[in-house]
Amino acid sequence: MTASKKGLTRRQLLSRSVAAGASLVVGSGFVAGNSATWAMGVDHLQPATMATLIQMARDIYPHDHVADEFYAIAVKGYDSADSAPMIEAGIAALDTAAQGKGHASYVDTGWERDRVDILRGIENSGFFQTIRGGLVTGLYNQKDVWPLFGYEGESFSKGGYLDRGFDDINWI
Amino acid sequence: MAAPFELSDDSVVVIIGTGAGGGVLANELAQKGVSVVALEAGGRYLPEDYINDEWDSFGQLAWLDARTTSGDWRVAKDFSGLPAWIVKAVGGTTTHWAGASLRFQDHEWKAATNYGPVQGASLLDWPIDPREMDDYYTKAETKLGVTRTGDRAGLPGNNNFKVFEAGAKALGYTEVHTGRMAINSANNDDRLACQQTGFCFQGCKWGAKWSAAYTDIPRGEATGNLEVRERAHVLKIEHDDSGKVTGVVYADADGNQHLQKARIVCVAGNSIESPRLLLNSASSMFPDGLANSSGQVGRNYMRHMTGSVYAVFDKPVKMWRGTTMAGIIQDESRHDPSRGFVGGYELETLALGLPFMAAFLDPGGWGREFTTALDSYENMAGMWIVGEDMPQETNRITLNHDVKDQYGLPAPNVHFDDHPNDIAMRNHAYKQGMAVYDAVGATRVFPTPPYPSTHNLGTNRMSENPRDGVVNKHGQTHDIANLFISDGSQFTTGAAENPTLTIVALAIRQADFIAAEMGRNTL
Ligand SMILES: Cc1cc2nc3c(=O)[nH]c(=O)nc-3n(C[C@H](O)[C@H](O)[C@H](O)COP(=O)(O)OP(=O)(O)OC[C@H]3O[C@@H](n4cnc5c(N)ncnc54)[C@H](O)[C@@H]3O)c2cc1C
Ligand code: SF4
Repeated sequence: MTASKKGLTRRQLLSRSVAAGASLVVGSGFVAGNSATWAMGVDHLQPATMATLIQMARDIYPHDHVADEFYAIAVKGYDSADSAPMIEAGIAALDTAAQGKGHASYVDTGWERDRVDILRGIENSGFFQTIRGGLVTGLYNQKDVWPLFGYEGESFSKGGYLDRGFDDINWI
Repeated sequence: MAAPFELSDDSVVVIIGTGAGGGVLANELAQKGVSVVALEAGGRYLPEDYINDEWDSFGQLAWLDARTTSGDWRVAKDFSGLPAWIVKAVGGTTTHWAGASLRFQDHEWKAATNYGPVQGASLLDWPIDPREMDDYYTKAETKLGVTRTGDRAGLPGNNNFKVFEAGAKALGYTEVHTGRMAINSANNDDRLACQQTGFCFQGCKWGAKWSAAYTDIPRGEATGNLEVRERAHVLKIEHDDSGKVTGVVYADADGNQHLQKARIVCVAGNSIESPRLLLNSASSMFPDGLANSSGQVGRNYMRHMTGSVYAVFDKPVKMWRGTTMAGIIQDESRHDPSRGFVGGYELETLALGLPFMAAFLDPGGWGREFTTALDSYENMAGMWIVGEDMPQETNRITLNHDVKDQYGLPAPNVHFDDHPNDIAMRNHAYKQGMAVYDAVGATRVFPTPPYPSTHNLGTNRMSENPRDGVVNKHGQTHDIANLFISDGSQFTTGAAENPTLTIVALAIRQADFIAAEMGRNTL
């Protein structure tokens, strides 16, 4: 990961950041997993905005066995001068929608079903559709994600599956 | 090596597009000593260039020029700028294709007669006797090395097939096997046997699957009679005052335009670009486009009735291992109106990798209903449905003057509405497909909507009467004797079978006709 803060101990990292939802922390100029196994610098977005975006990405395509880091990579491209205004506005609207339902903010909405309810309310917006559409490749086309689903990817260099189990099913 | 022909050489046959139709026609004519210039919009990619990665391969090979969509088909909503999956490369979509190679059934050549009137459908009989096709089908099967034809053995079944086969048998289906595939089950015709790599849609890196890119095209070039100009995008077909075509204008890789003279022009750009080119070639003499006195150019666009069924089991399948589509159930391909629709359909195994599965399982879907399906990706099996769809005059390719391509020409708009017969057939096929998997213990099934069209057909249809269509039984346009259509856009009706074997058989047949007519100096 492009971890500008990599190398910090967990304690150091946590001391420089505040919690954003259940599993993320934000500090000045970075977002990190609260286990401190990864951190990502942000240049154009507010760190809190990026943290909300990562949570939103997970809520759109929730896979409990896929770590936040992969969702962070999937949306990292929005941390650009071009995209930042659109993302800041979209996330601000998301927080407003969360507040409209009595929550402090989107990431402070504890239950996934309540966050999904908020997302349902904006599901036809250009912002939501841009984020969702981008994730289809942003998340599922990460080669490091594939093994988490069992998918084996490229096989030519290994000689295909002719001798590696193309017909190894044993329960049918 | 390539035989360089002069731009001013008006003795050559110009072929536009080098896919299943154009690539085969080019080689067949070259073998007969006819001089051919084949113009191909895409570049040249060979097995060493193909990429075992779904999106990277798509980026390398797919036709991504501007296109628009309309109509009630779901593709218009989910993939509005991508109505079809078509390759832009030497060899055309035969780099992408899966290799399923089936003959039409006899009754399908005469759909109007055998199905009777169907409200809203423009059914018509092909002006070809099925018996006339027998030899051409045999030649095509030999060329492609189709398994389970001639003395070629079938492919071994992979995991995805074994689940499919067990379900089919449990349901009582009897015509179940690993398909008639243009994929070598043993080394054949200088091509290796299938190594079961599982990336048939991305170009076969072993050359086990037939593609014009590394068979017909280099063989044609080796005669010295065929020159393939790659990255040569044809913009317009020109004609003289007598109404005969005289050459084509194309843009080269740098965007410079050239005029290649021709004695005969054969259009084989697949069923969206071929009619578009005729429409974009309108002149004061032919204000509605070339060969369009019938008004049928661009109409009767067919894409086959399609859909997929995926299923999740409690144990691993690993469907991505091995051939993408080597498995078929043919019991439903008959014409049996008691099922509530005319025509029939095939069920064929299909596997997508995780990236494409995420994009196509339920386009637009999100949340846990969607993601729990992908969580079980390893335990998934899949099949594709392909059946005869009804030709409709209003399903058509038109020029969208509001959207221009990179050359400033109007983009094609692809309009498609499902016919009630298509919907009834799809619902039947979903039910049967899901039953196949339920019969072997599926814990969840997914009736998945059609993808962007891989089978694009019918937009320059073949007809006995010039009033009803664009080309005659040889693919020669009714209006202009030296203008031919050589791809799937000639199809009068679509039949239930994957189309490429028929496109190839028609191209071999057309080469015989063109060479004979040239010999007689009637062309
Ligand atoms: C993923 C996938 C799987 C498939 N699997 C099967 C299968 O198993 N069995 C089967 O029968 N069929 C299959 N098909 C369909 C099959 O590939 C097509 O039916 C067949 O290739 C169509 O042949 P064609 O000659 O009409 O066009 P194509 O093969 O598409 O060739 C058209 C060529 O024309 C070129 N062209 C277009 N316009 C111009 C222009 N203006 N100037 C110059 N060149 C131009 C294009 O770049 C292209 O190379 C599959 C298709 C896809 C996408
Ligand atoms: S599975 Fe066979 S035909 Fe398909 S790409 Fe691999 S080697 Fe080629």
